[in-house]
Amino acid sequence: MSASSKSPWIVHYNCNSCNGCDIEFVACLTPMYDVERFGILHVGNPKHADILVVTGSVNHRDVRVLRNVYAQMPEPKVVVALGVCTSSGGIFADCYNIFGDVSKVIPVDVYVPACPPRPEAMIDGIVQALGILERKRAGEVMPSAAKPVLTLRPTAAAEAAPAAAQAAEQGNA
Amino acid sequence: MLNNELPVTRDTLLNEVAARRHQGYRFVTVTCVDLGDRFDILYHFDKDYVLYNLRLSLGRTENLPSISSIFFAAVLVENELKDLFGIPVTDLAIDYGGRFLLSEGSPVAPQRKPDAPPAQPAQTKDGAVK
Amino acid sequence: MSKRTIIPFGPQHPVLPEPIQLRLVMEEERVVEALPAVGYIHRGLEKLVEKKDYNQCVFLAERVCGICSFLHSVTYCQGLEEIMSVTIPDRARFLRLIWGEVHRVHSHLLWLGLLADSFGFENVFMHAWRCREMVLDLLERTAGHRVMLGVSCVGGVRRDISDEGLADILRTVDALQKEFDEFVPVVLNDYSIKQRTVGVGKLTKEQAAELGAVGPVARASGIARDFRETGYAAYGEVGFKIVTETAGDCYARMKVRCGEMYECLNMVRRAVAAMPAGAINVPVKGNPTGEVVARLEQPRGEVIYYLKGNGAKNLERMRIRTPTFANLAPLLAMLPGCELADVPVIVLSIDPCISCTER
Repeated sequence: MSASSKSPWIVHYNCNSCNGCDIEFVACLTPMYDVERFGILHVGNPKHADILVVTGSVNHRDVRVLRNVYAQMPEPKVVVALGVCTSSGGIFADCYNIFGDVSKVIPVDVYVPACPPRPEAMIDGIVQALGILERKRAGEVMPSAAKPVLTLRPTAAAEAAPAAAQAAEQGNA
Repeated sequence: MLNNELPVTRDTLLNEVAARRHQGYRFVTVTCVDLGDRFDILYHFDKDYVLYNLRLSLGRTENLPSISSIFFAAVLVENELKDLFGIPVTDLAIDYGGRFLLSEGSPVAPQRKPDAPPAQPAQTKDGAVK
Repeated sequence: MSKRTIIPFGPQHPVLPEPIQLRLVMEEERVVEALPAVGYIHRGLEKLVEKKDYNQCVFLAERVCGICSFLHSVTYCQGLEEIMSVTIPDRARFLRLIWGEVHRVHSHLLWLGLLADSFGFENVFMHAWRCREMVLDLLERTAGHRVMLGVSCVGGVRRDISDEGLADILRTVDALQKEFDEFVPVVLNDYSIKQRTVGVGKLTKEQAAELGAVGPVARASGIARDFRETGYAAYGEVGFKIVTETAGDCYARMKVRCGEMYECLNMVRRAVAAMPAGAINVPVKGNPTGEVVARLEQPRGEVIYYLKGNGAKNLERMRIRTPTFANLAPLLAMLPGCELADVPVIVLSIDPCISCTER
């Protein structure tokens, strides 16, 4: 393993989030969870970041900013999308100023659904991203992550047809 | 109907707002309600935890005079009205030209009721100006 | 006159957890004028009330902001209770006060950490957030979630706190008081913190009144205005002491918030001691008709919900004016004359919450 996949540097961009995920993400850095002890740093400059953490459902003004931040990151890079808004728009899915989920703008490698996810779940998502980062470094082409499907109350029909479940999730969100 | 409410017209609005300032009121915010045929514009002022409201009934194509020359703090919320309801606000201290909250690609005047007549030409021109 | 330059501050900036852009007009190192460019987090959730019924919108109101989430939902519920003439049980009023004040402690600690981060004092950042985890754990134990409590409902609250829970709250409050006693005096008397905050970003009392500043920003400039004085929820019975300062600079704003953290703990103690027994909510029937302006004091200042119902299960209009929106105009008055390196500290000193502001 290389240094960047043991101790990745993370850049964070809030795309239209309610702030819940962002504050929980910052909480990951602080003494209770303390990912900084592994050398995982929250940096402000995308040009020396390995992982991009995105929160929120993207709005029209954010599209360009998000593309810019992503384009400025060096290869290999991994995108972790926190919160249910990043995959479906969440509670804001029906709002008029929503452009769409993050995958409409940039490819997403890991989704961490919930509203907001617990810091443990976020850390788990980052750890998954490390494996993907390592495989990308080896030259592997990684497919984008599948969007999370609603599993809170799984039904037989939903298990049989993931596409239907996804549509149901969009409807419920 | 709110407590402490005073109906005003476009002609008396600025005088009434100036009178509130003179009496030591603090500007709180402006609320716009789309009634379908007209807009209700509510100006909220506060003194000693009591709200005082001015209610202005505005036609769908009428201009709204800005109160930002009296209360500068109103400039942000008046730009918001211009963005979200497509109301042409005149004499703004800072004019964002319809790009305060919304950007290119956003819907135009999204909080205006859909059954309303189309936005007047002056508003679409504003939307194009950066 | 030297040449003027415009520097964009944000939207993606290391000290800002949320995107906002300030266009700073500079002369050499000094800021001459600042202009905010917002809209990076505008979702348009006010319009959603037309699609969701008024009970579902409690959860929508909670997600206006991920920091003062509970207080947003309480404002919304108080507004609807006023329209529908619902009197909520005493115990619900006390529970709202307790969760509200615990929320205020977590918000102020979060802010203290971010402010310290803005002037590079990582120790204070880490320490404040370590204490904040104690508060979040308490919220999780009593309400079931760290951030989005989901305990509000029209007509009261959805969840009770047991006697063991109340004892747990008192223990945590005492532990927090011990932590505050250890580090708040250090923060307030630290030489380097004073260097970065005293005299920086001054807002006079006249400016604060004129520009409509709210919350700790107004109180740090000598305006003793706190909506809790009107005694909504259980504030009338529990009572509280308003914290004010007169200097109007970043240091005064820090002192006001630190003073309020202690005051919150005292209020929680008194509320637990005076906690009445009984039901925690009343059933609410029918649909709201009429309009109301609901207000209460959030950690950042006074929040306003205008609600209008027309007898249908969906509200006709909801409009939210959040404290940061009111504090943006005062911020623009604080910035001119400061140096570029002080801009992050001044911006953080109003405790900006952009997702509230833009909704």
